[in-house]
This record gives sequence, structure tokens and C-alpha cells, in this order.
Amino acid sequence: MPPELLLAAAATLPFLGSVVAICLPSHARGAAAGVTGFATLASLACLAWLSPLAAGPEPVTFAVDWLPSLGVRFVLRLDGLAWIFSLLILGIGALVVLYAQYYMAAADPVPRLFCYFLAFVGAMLGIVLSGNVLQLVVFWELTSIVSFLLIGYWSDNASARDGARMALTITAAGGLCLLVGMVILGRIAGSYDLDAVLASGTAIRESPLYLPALVLILAGALTKSAQFPFHIWLPRAMAAPTPISAYLHSATMVKAGIFLMIRLWPVLSGTESWYWIVGTAGMATMLVGAWSAIFQHDLKGLLAYSTISHLGLITLLLGLDSPLAVVAAIFHTVNHATFKASLFMAAGIIDHETGTRDMRRLSGLWRAMPYTGTLAMVAAAAMAGVPLLNGFLSKEMFLAEAVDNRGDHALNLALPVLATLASAFTVLYSLRFIRQTFFGPPARDLPHAPHEPARWMRIPIEALVLVCVAIGLVPNLTIGPLLAGAARAVLGDRTPDYDLALWHGFNAPLAMSVLALAGGVALYMAFGKRIDTNPRGGPWLMDRLDGGWLFERGMTNLVRGARWLEARLGTERLQPQLRILFLAALLAATAAGLGRGLDLFAPGRTTAFDPAFALLWLVGAACAVGAAERAKYHRLSAVILLGGAGLVSCLSFLWLSAPDLAVTQILVEIVTTVMLLLGLRWLPKRDAAIPAPASERGRARRRRLIDLAIAACAGSGLAGLAYAVMTRPPVEGISRWFVEEAYPQAGGRNVVNVLLVDFRAFDTLGEICVLGVVGLTVFALLRRFRPAPDSRARPAQQIRQDAYDRGREGREPGHTAADALMVPRTVITWLFPFVVLLALHLFLRGHDLPGGGFAAGITLTIGFMLQYMANGAEWVEARLRIQPILWIGIGLLVSVFAGATSWLFAHPFLTAAFAYWDAPILGKVPLASALIFDLGIMVLVVGASVLMLVALAHQSLRRTRGVEAERERA
Amino acid sequence: MELVLSLGIGVLSAAGIWLILRPRTFQVVLGLSLLSYAVNLFIFGMGRLTVGAPPVLGAGPDIVSVDDPVPQALVLTAVVISFALTALFLVVLLAARGVTGSDHVDGREPHQEEPRP
Repeated sequence: MPPELLLAAAATLPFLGSVVAICLPSHARGAAAGVTGFATLASLACLAWLSPLAAGPEPVTFAVDWLPSLGVRFVLRLDGLAWIFSLLILGIGALVVLYAQYYMAAADPVPRLFCYFLAFVGAMLGIVLSGNVLQLVVFWELTSIVSFLLIGYWSDNASARDGARMALTITAAGGLCLLVGMVILGRIAGSYDLDAVLASGTAIRESPLYLPALVLILAGALTKSAQFPFHIWLPRAMAAPTPISAYLHSATMVKAGIFLMIRLWPVLSGTESWYWIVGTAGMATMLVGAWSAIFQHDLKGLLAYSTISHLGLITLLLGLDSPLAVVAAIFHTVNHATFKASLFMAAGIIDHETGTRDMRRLSGLWRAMPYTGTLAMVAAAAMAGVPLLNGFLSKEMFLAEAVDNRGDHALNLALPVLATLASAFTVLYSLRFIRQTFFGPPARDLPHAPHEPARWMRIPIEALVLVCVAIGLVPNLTIGPLLAGAARAVLGDRTPDYDLALWHGFNAPLAMSVLALAGGVALYMAFGKRIDTNPRGGPWLMDRLDGGWLFERGMTNLVRGARWLEARLGTERLQPQLRILFLAALLAATAAGLGRGLDLFAPGRTTAFDPAFALLWLVGAACAVGAAERAKYHRLSAVILLGGAGLVSCLSFLWLSAPDLAVTQILVEIVTTVMLLLGLRWLPKRDAAIPAPASERGRARRRRLIDLAIAACAGSGLAGLAYAVMTRPPVEGISRWFVEEAYPQAGGRNVVNVLLVDFRAFDTLGEICVLGVVGLTVFALLRRFRPAPDSRARPAQQIRQDAYDRGREGREPGHTAADALMVPRTVITWLFPFVVLLALHLFLRGHDLPGGGFAAGITLTIGFMLQYMANGAEWVEARLRIQPILWIGIGLLVSVFAGATSWLFAHPFLTAAFAYWDAPILGKVPLASALIFDLGIMVLVVGASVLMLVALAHQSLRRTRGVEAERERA
Repeated sequence: MELVLSLGIGVLSAAGIWLILRPRTFQVVLGLSLLSYAVNLFIFGMGRLTVGAPPVLGAGPDIVSVDDPVPQALVLTAVVISFALTALFLVVLLAARGVTGSDHVDGREPHQEEPRP
């Protein structure tokens, strides 16, 4: 398999596995874990296969065009740095899967957890493998979103929801800053390709946009890596299941920020601003984190603050302008991931087996779980920087860098002191963790009796602790080559000489180490008791400064402010909203017209005036004004007048050479009118004789005047605009091409129809989808329709007629109505085949003459509608089985099928073909594949419009049925 | 002809907008219909007015002088969509009237108390 495909496979496998995992039933624990473990290990195997290549001078890359018009490519790129991070992500990921399989309770929907987990693995891999800075931001935001889902996995737990929300708010906001920063960076470098960005370090540092770009990118990196003061989200994210905490806060999520700073270190570092921002943030985070960790009573809380402190240490290293510090940072990243993941898992085991994580309740667990205790102790020793373990090596490098001052900044002078202090704090809280949990008298009244966990649950910790020891003892054989590859990938020619040996002789770092170890132990002896009895649990000196509380208060105030603004400036009422909308449109149009000097009455082309046309529009205008005036109290006449206005516009289409429009308009007009008439039945009685309250009268009058003014202004504006455009000479557009090519390319003479079913068929497909959706929505809305109480009574006329029918011998209720419709009914019943014929005619001639699928469909609908009107719903449905929903589905399928067949001939979707066929009687029949598409349109239109009409018409029927059922019950 | 048609568009749209600003749902539905007539004619007018030359080839005049088919195709789509829209609004207004008992656009009579959110 070629390397680039292997790389692509490695990046895709986690996402594929995620999709598979979510498809599993929620009790399929084993299968879900199997899929997850397989996807992780397979991805790891792919990358491991490539790692010898990645260690070479050129990274392994896989590139495809992403946004070719912007020159943006999707690039996967594996170099030494990406490999060492991938190893952490996938290696620890696989161990976490094994651990989670035993950790999660039987009731938890585990496949969902594994789905999120794999998506997270994929997103993290995406970040470290990105060879394009924009692509990196996309994966970056994906990790924010997926971590939200992971932290909030136990969504019935309020603290999980809050923690997830805070993590998302902070990290996603940072991600947005990062996006802007990356765009600036790409602009300066001239390309978004990582290689190009890395190659233009000097240009970037000298650009005037360097500082904004730096601040924005660091806002992303520092929020993600939980640096002070953004660290508040991390302790609250501990509400996640422990395997997830172990993963997110040791190897992955928080390391994304570190990775980004390392990746861009060659480009962004080496300036005063980098030094101050990154160095200060790292220093503050390291101290605040270590200080707060001391005072935690929750095991996971202690580990969370310890993580913050270690991230601060790494950030501080990156802030120092020294290649050796970068090597130390990468080294410590790996070490921290291993010992912190094992400590989180150990804390999880303690929680799992005893039922509590509170160090004040835990004690003397050594007796019950000596094996877990040993593992935790080794890992904690690595965290504290005890010799022979990996933490010692990287801490030595850190202390060496702290001593090795460059320049004479105040920060540099304080550095050795503060570094030693933070190390002493680390020793203190590591010691406290072990001492409180495993030693002392046996704990009483724990929720469960403690015992060793399942064999398989310990394996991940054993593996990680083994790594800690192996790196600590023989660094050059284990981490050496990996670290060298990563350092070379970042630093290139600036890679320093360094020695990973255990013993560097008696020097300042060693002295500081010893001092820190001794100081930590001494501090614990002195203050251990008082820390344990510290009632509030918050750190001394800092208990007034609760970042989480400030954050929550800020969010609450933000929401409150938004509510206040909404209450002041917003309205839920429709009329003011619409008024503002129309006024804004009016103002915008006026401003544009005045600003560009629009001359409404410039002399131009006109068509000869025809008095008949003027007369027609006199009627049309009268109908429109009448409809507007009558719509409140006389709805029936308003509907009739509306129909009149529609008829006039239809005639205008006919007059002005648009027969297709005229045909469609008149057909639609008929169906719309019938629908409005069906709806009238359910509207309230409105009587002009009922006066409005006196207080309302003046306001209503003023409102009407304003509306009238808006309407008049908008109307005259639209009229003026229409006149101005129509009198100007036409612009040479794309129309000529359509007219010329309609016959040669599509075999149709009716250009409008050809446009709809061939040239712009995709639009039409969308349009019929809308129609189908509306049909189904209407149906769904009316299924649960309950008429208002005052519309429930039967119409007075019907009651009178029925009373008359009941009173006469030999008459049944309904006879009067039937008699009245006798003649029309007979005519309409016999008309049905002719309407169907007309529909077929319109359909077949559509390609060459006015007509087409839509007109045919509406005609057929009218045919059905007439039957309903003349004979009643029950009569029709006893004789005709109409299944409109089926018609909608078939129509859509036929249309899509007609479009898709062009794929068979290697043409794009909806490419039409045509031919002529000599039929026996009909003569030459044009056969275009567009005809099949048109057939789909027709079928769907019939389905959708019949569905709407029948759903409306059935409301009266259903009500009578309900009333009858009630009567029978009585 | 242009003057007549543009005046017609103006009256139709003014009547439509006035109705859309009214408080009763049925008025708003009718107003939308009127406004969509006006807008359809307006879009159609963008292709300029031609008498007696429909864009159907081979029947009447030569290829050069037929009416512009593109606005016609656009308006044909618009007619269909406004039909669907009217149907949907009608049903929404009926359902709203059934649920709230009022045919006011806000779902309650103006002098009624505002419901507490």
C-alpha cells in the first residue's frame, strides 16, 4: 500500500469506527469496545508502518484539493513531531478503551461513549497530522465539540452538564480566535500549507500583523491547554467518566494547545511578545495549579490541578527562547501523559472499588489493594520527579533551563526560585495523594469494601507505569529516537545537542531537585494535618478568587443583559416586526435609488398603448383594492375579488407572450380559491356591528393610517421601479443562448418548458421537493386539527336543510343539498374522463407547446377536486382509491431516477437525451428523457395538491363522525 | 403598456402590503397572495414586454424577437412556490386558530393579558 494511502487510512479509521460504534445497540458493550480498540490499533499500526519514513528528512504527506478556487488543499502530514503525538493519542487511547470497558457501569450506553471517543481520537489525530493550518482549526473545533459531548456524557448529572458547557464555551471561543489568527498567518505567508507557513518565519515575525496573529493564536492554544486564567474549565471537566478524564487531560485535549505552540514555535517564537505572553502564562499556571492541587480533597481534583501545573511548566519551557527548552517540553509532554494517565486510572479504580474519591474518607487502602497501590506510588513518584523515573529526567531538563538564564529579564532572575518552589509543591501533593489514600489506619464506613479490581482493568496502568520506569532507566533506548525525530521536525538545523543520561554529575539542577524533594516532604510534615482539615477545600490565600464562580456570574449577567435588551428592543408581536421590515426595505430602496441617481422617467422604449389592456388593469386594480377592503368582514367576497385580481394577472401573462405562465396561473388560481373557501368554514364570525373598545379606537385608526402610508409608498416605489426597468433597453444576458439552443440541444420548441425540465432541471427538482414537503406538512398539521369551540356548530343552512328533510316523508337528511346539485353533479361526473384527457394533452405537448407536467398535474387535481365537490368525499372515496402520499413518493422517485439515469451514460445528474419516434396514429412523437422527469413532476404535483385539498376537506367529515360517535355513546 | 402594467403592479403590491400589516390571519394570507401576484409580474417585467411573440419556436416569429424565456421560467417556479406557501399558511392559520381560539396574528386578542413566558 502506498504511504500516502496508509496515512489517509490512519486518519479515517477512527471516524469510520465512530460511525460503526453508534450504530450498535446500546447494550453491545463488547462489540463497541472491540470496534473501538480495533480502529485505534489499526490506525496506530498504519502510522507505525510509516514512522521510519517520517523520521527521514521529508515528512510523509497525503494531499487532495479542498477549496481549489482559493488554493487550499487538504493535507495530511506525518513528521517526527506528529508521530510522537500520534503515538500518545493512539497508544494511550487503546489502553483507555480497555480500561473503560471494565470501568463503565452496566447501565451506561457504552456504544455512545465509544462513538464520541473515536470521533475525539480522529479529531486529535487530525490536528497533529494537519498539513494545512485551516484544516487544523477545523479539527481543533471538532475536539472542542466532541469533548463537550464526552464531558457531558452523564447528561443527567447537573455538574457534568455545567462542566461540559464551560469547557465548550472557553475552548470553542479560543478556537474562533485561533481561526482568525491562522487566517492572518496564512495571509502573511501567502499560503495555508503548513510547510509554506513554517518556511516564512522571518516574514511573519517582521509583519505588522504579527502581534494580532500571535495574540489570537495563543488565545486558542492557551484556552485549550487550560492556562491561567482560562484553566477554570479543566477541574470542572472532571465530571466526565474517569477513563475520559484520563484521556482528555493527560494525552490529548489539553496537549492540543501544547502541540500547536510546539508546531508553530519556529515561526512565532523568538520575540519579546512571545516570551512575555507564553512565559508569564506558563509561570502563573504552573504556580497557581500546583498551589491549588495541594488543597484538593477530591482525588480527581488534585490530579486536575496537577495537570494544569504541569501544562504550565511545559508552556513556560516553550516561552523560553531556547531550542533545548523545546526538546525538554516535548519530553515532558510524553512523560506527563504517561504518569498522569496512569494516576487518573488509579484514581478511577479507587473510586470504582470504594465508592468515594474524597481523600478525607480514604485511608489505609494499601491493605486491600497493594498491587494498585504500588502502581499508583510509582506513577506519583514519577510525577514528583523522583530519580530513576521518567518525570525526573524531564524535570532535570526543565530545572537546567531555568538556571541557564538568557538575558536579564526579571522573569529569568526569578525563574530558578519559582521552578524549585513549584517542584516542591509537586512533591507535596504527590506525597499527600499517596499518604492519604494508601496509608494510615484502615478506612471505616466506605460505600464499598475495597478490593483489587478486575485483572484486565489493571493492565493499562501496568503498561503505562512500565513505560515510566523504562524511560526513566534507559531513556536512550526507549524515548531517545522518538524524541530526536520530533526535535528535528520542529527545530531542523537548530536542533541542540543534548544528553538523556540519568546522571549529569553534581550540578545546579540536581541540587534544586534535591531541595525540591526535601522541601516537599518537609512541607507535608509541617502542614499535612492542617491541609486535610481545611474545611472549605479551597487553597489558602486564593479562596476569595474563584474563577469558576466569576465565569458563571459573567455568563448569568450576559444572559440577563441579553434578556433586558430583548425586553426593551424586541417584540413578539408580528405587526410591529413586519412594519419595521417593510419600512427598512423602503428606506434601503430609497437610499439606493437616491444615492445612485435613479431617473424613473428617462425616455426609453415603450410598447404601443392598448386601451383594452388599460381597462383590464382598471378591473384588476379595483379587485385588489376591493379585496383589501373586504378581507376583514366579508371574507367570501374578498376571496372572489382576489380571484379577479389573479385572473387579470393571468390575462396579462397571456397578452404579453407568456402562455405557459397564463396556463399555470389560472390552474393554480382555481385550486387556491377552493382551498381558501374550504378554510373559511373554520374562521370566527366577525361582525362590523360590534364596536371596538373606545380606548382602542384612536390607536387603531392611527395604526391604519401609518400602514396605509407604508403600503402607498411601497406600492408607488415598486411601480416606479418597474416602469423604470421596463422602459430601459433589455440587457444582453443568457436568454439568447437558451432560445437558440433549446431545439438543437434539448429537442424542445417551448423554451420555458425546456428551461424547467432540462436546462434548469435541478431547480425544478428542488421546487417539487418543496411542494411535496408542504403537502406532507399540511397533512401532518391537519391530522391533529381541533377546531375552535365557536366553529364547531354545524352551519345554519345545513341545519335548516336537514330539519326540512327530516320533516318530510321519504326524505333523508342531505337530500336537499343533493337535489340542488343534481345537474352540476351529473355534468361533473361525466366530465372526469375529459379532464383526465386534457391533463394528458397538456402533459404530452409540454415540450413543444405551452403546457407541461406541472400544468397537467394541477389539471388532474382539479379533476379530482370537482368530483369531491359534486359528489362528496364519501362517494368519491368509495369509488376511487387515491393515495396522495404514495403519489408524492413515486413522483419524487421517478424524477430522481430520470436524473440519475444520465450517470449510466457518464453524464452529470439530470442530463437529458431526446429522440423522435414514429407512432402509428399520433405521428412523430418527441421522446425526451426530460419527459420522464416531467412525468415525475406531474405525479408529485397531483399527490401534493390532492393531499392538501383532501386533508382540508376531511375536517368537516371527521367532525361529524366524532359527533355521531358521541351521540351513539349517549 | 409599461405604464399600465407598472401602475397595476403598484396597486397590487400596495393592497398586498396593507393586508399583510393587518391583525387578522386571513387578511395576511390574502395579502401575501396579492403581493406575490405583484412580485411575479414585476419579475416577469424584467424581461421587458413583448406582445404576440411567445418563446415557442417554429410557430410564430423568428428566433430573435421572441420574449425573454428566463424571467418566465423564474416566475413559473415562483407561482408554484407561492401556491405552496399560501396552502401552508392557510393550514397554519387554521391550526393556530384551533389551538388559541383567536385568529389574531399573535394568537391572542390585543386587549388580552400577555401570557407569562
